[in-house]
Amino acid sequence: MAKKELDILLKATKICKSFGNFVANQNIDISIAKGQIHALLGENGAGKSTLVKIFYGVLQPDSGSIEINNQKISITSPNVARKNGIGMVFQHFSLFPALTVAENILIALDNKIKFGEVVNEISKLSKEWELFVDPLKLVSELSVGEKQRVEIIRCLMQNPNLLIMDEPTSVLTPQEIKNLFKILKRLASSGCSILYISHKLEEIIELADEVTILKSGKSIESIDAKKTTTNFLAETMVGKKITQLKKIIKTNSKNIAFEVKNLNKQKDHEFGISLNNINLQVNYGEILGVAGIAGNGQVELMEILSGEIDCEDNHQILLDKLPIGKTNINERRKLGIETIPEERTFHATVPNLTLSENTFLTYFFKYNNTKSWITNLLNHPQKSLDESKKIIKNNDVRCPETNPLASQLSGGNLQKFILGRSLANNPKVAIFSQPTWGVDIGAATAIRQKLLDLSQSGKAVILISQDLEEIFELSDKICVINEGVLSEIFDVRDITATDVGLLMGGKNKKFQKMEPIK
Amino acid sequence: MISFIPRDKVSKNWIIIAPILSIVFTIFFGLLIFTFLGYNPLETLYQIFVSPFSRIDRISDILVKACPLIIIGTGLMLCFKSNVWNIGAEGQFIMGALLAGFVALSFPNIESKFFLLITILAGFIGGALWAFIPAILKTKLNVNEILVSLMLVYVAMLFIDFIVRGPLRDPMSFGFPLSKPYPDGALINKIPFPGIGFLGQLHYGIFFVILLIPISWIFINKTLGGFKINVLGSAPQAAKFAGFKQNSITITVLLLSGGLAGVAGVIEVSANIGQLQPEVSFGYGFTAIIVAFLGRLNPVGILFAGIIIATVKLGADNAQMTMGIPKVVTGLFEGILLFFLLTGETLQKYKIKWSEGKK
Repeated sequence: MAKKELDILLKATKICKSFGNFVANQNIDISIAKGQIHALLGENGAGKSTLVKIFYGVLQPDSGSIEINNQKISITSPNVARKNGIGMVFQHFSLFPALTVAENILIALDNKIKFGEVVNEISKLSKEWELFVDPLKLVSELSVGEKQRVEIIRCLMQNPNLLIMDEPTSVLTPQEIKNLFKILKRLASSGCSILYISHKLEEIIELADEVTILKSGKSIESIDAKKTTTNFLAETMVGKKITQLKKIIKTNSKNIAFEVKNLNKQKDHEFGISLNNINLQVNYGEILGVAGIAGNGQVELMEILSGEIDCEDNHQILLDKLPIGKTNINERRKLGIETIPEERTFHATVPNLTLSENTFLTYFFKYNNTKSWITNLLNHPQKSLDESKKIIKNNDVRCPETNPLASQLSGGNLQKFILGRSLANNPKVAIFSQPTWGVDIGAATAIRQKLLDLSQSGKAVILISQDLEEIFELSDKICVINEGVLSEIFDVRDITATDVGLLMGGKNKKFQKMEPIK
Repeated sequence: MISFIPRDKVSKNWIIIAPILSIVFTIFFGLLIFTFLGYNPLETLYQIFVSPFSRIDRISDILVKACPLIIIGTGLMLCFKSNVWNIGAEGQFIMGALLAGFVALSFPNIESKFFLLITILAGFIGGALWAFIPAILKTKLNVNEILVSLMLVYVAMLFIDFIVRGPLRDPMSFGFPLSKPYPDGALINKIPFPGIGFLGQLHYGIFFVILLIPISWIFINKTLGGFKINVLGSAPQAAKFAGFKQNSITITVLLLSGGLAGVAGVIEVSANIGQLQPEVSFGYGFTAIIVAFLGRLNPVGILFAGIIIATVKLGADNAQMTMGIPKVVTGLFEGILLFFLLTGETLQKYKIKWSEGKK
């Protein structure tokens, strides 16, 4: 597509960046016009993050050039980037929960101004752009959507010409996404270019003017987003036809596998969420989807379901009608309950340990021998080497070496490993939190298929996810968690995405239920 | 703004070159400082670096001095690896020595060396009990272990002072704050070498170190316990996910490190002093923190770090005795040495990036 030289805000040519032997970016060309919403699409590990980090000065390219307004510049630090009018909203917010909105913005400003002026400026900007936030509110009291608005305002304070947004919708409700899109479109029409990173295809078609697709560190193609289809985008991105999920109509059994009854848990720290009278049940052969925006008690619920934290009462959790509320996580593993927490690194795995050591992490109790204390004493990760090799092979985990550190794997591959590690134990009940969050389409499809297969083979699955599409695609039954309260459980055929969206935002009180279901 | 960026790979050559360069820089700056302060620079360096190695009995003194540092440092390694910040080893050392002393003095006529095992056990218990206080406060009430363990050092110092001036004072000590001498069974003897006799102060306590280093290496690298400590230190959430009990690990490492500090106390007193006195430690518990980190929280590293620190400490004593250089000046020199050693180690792993500062 021919663009006039004058209209181009940022032009990058032949950007290369490698980390050791790994080539993250290879001769990437991209040019962003003024006032354009430019989407950057690609699987995880395709080099999107590396490229934007180069634009924002966090990383330096090995070679290649960047021009802003036809002037060659080298962006040596985020400071330089901001001076050249580039602002960025990261996927994980960098806000201090214990400070107010205005204080958070004040710390981040390069040019120091007075507190009062900051407050005024925030009020002005939030009115002008309909980014409503109270500058004097504590960040810990804000919803995720509001926090994102704070991050956007922080960028707008610097009068950017280019706003980079890294996967901004992954944490928002459908309603909040609509709002965000309205704001982004207005920003663009006022002349601020937007570089929008996402792997959600519908969004890109709805929002973007132009889309550049990255694959394995190369820019494949830049196309007009208005004249393309989701299928075309998906195939270009993955490089092959997307395999559709195979879903067989199945007759759900009426055998209750796993049940939670009247579960309460006070929050144990200031920014936690208290769980309030949680009730749920899942049958064998069924997937129960628990929708909800991150930070509404999913982490706390997961800690209790997995057994990391004990219940007050043994009868609050039942497996096959037997109470297991007081059993610990390894006893539950032995009983056939496998869980995957939402944090992939530092929780499900230890980044600076190898995959075999990470296998050992959740397998070690299997090698314990009740008779020989010396075997138990000398029980160490060498023992799980074979099992970890099997997991790597059976789950198509792509590793740079035979037994790499967990931190060497991309998000998708690490998640395949974690899932494989759980499934190798052949669980009766699988409870997975955000299993495809931030994972590329290829890996996400594989993971979703595994969940479907699991339920079709008669196992019970609880899927906690903030991805509504995923919830609707996989679940037989759906419930929503909002501020530590779980809604009643609906059959997937009886509820619409809009209703779920409203429940996620805590708006749909008519569906919410505090009483236990009988 | 200066920022540190991790290197992709740690160069093999620099692992050897860096410490050598560190020593060269230390010597250079040491020379400068001693010259400016009006001391003969070469003579001073000789006293600090060379004289501890100049005679075989002096070398053995290095080992004697390194012995408690290595024992305490190994215990602290367990704590620091699991993110438990025990900085009260000095107090645990004193309480270990005190409890062992109490046991030793309760049996004034015992001669069998098997009794040593009992006093060492008593020392372990004394140190462990003292470390149990921060352990229980941390796990039950979430009290910061740094503050508690540090403050207990001063409690222990005053307590031993009280004991040797009061209940355990030897009536024959002419008013000096000293206990009765230990019975023979509670003393650690010097090692006799056939044909040479004794080598300085070198005593049997050194065998404890020789045993401790491989055992702790195996514990850290080859056992489930070591794995638990490792996981807890690098990812506490993952430790929960694996079903490791954080509190029991915290308590265990504190008890072990307190116990080892206590054993170091017993060995120091039984081998070198032979009775209780108000001052039994000379900052070993604090110096061992440096030893643990200088040894990169690795038993073999701690062995070498203990020897290096002991050398410099003895060298400083020599410089003071022969040239009258005050402890403050040699302390400064120790600081420079540590600065360059740690800088060298950091720069092996990170490179420095200078970027323009904020305006």
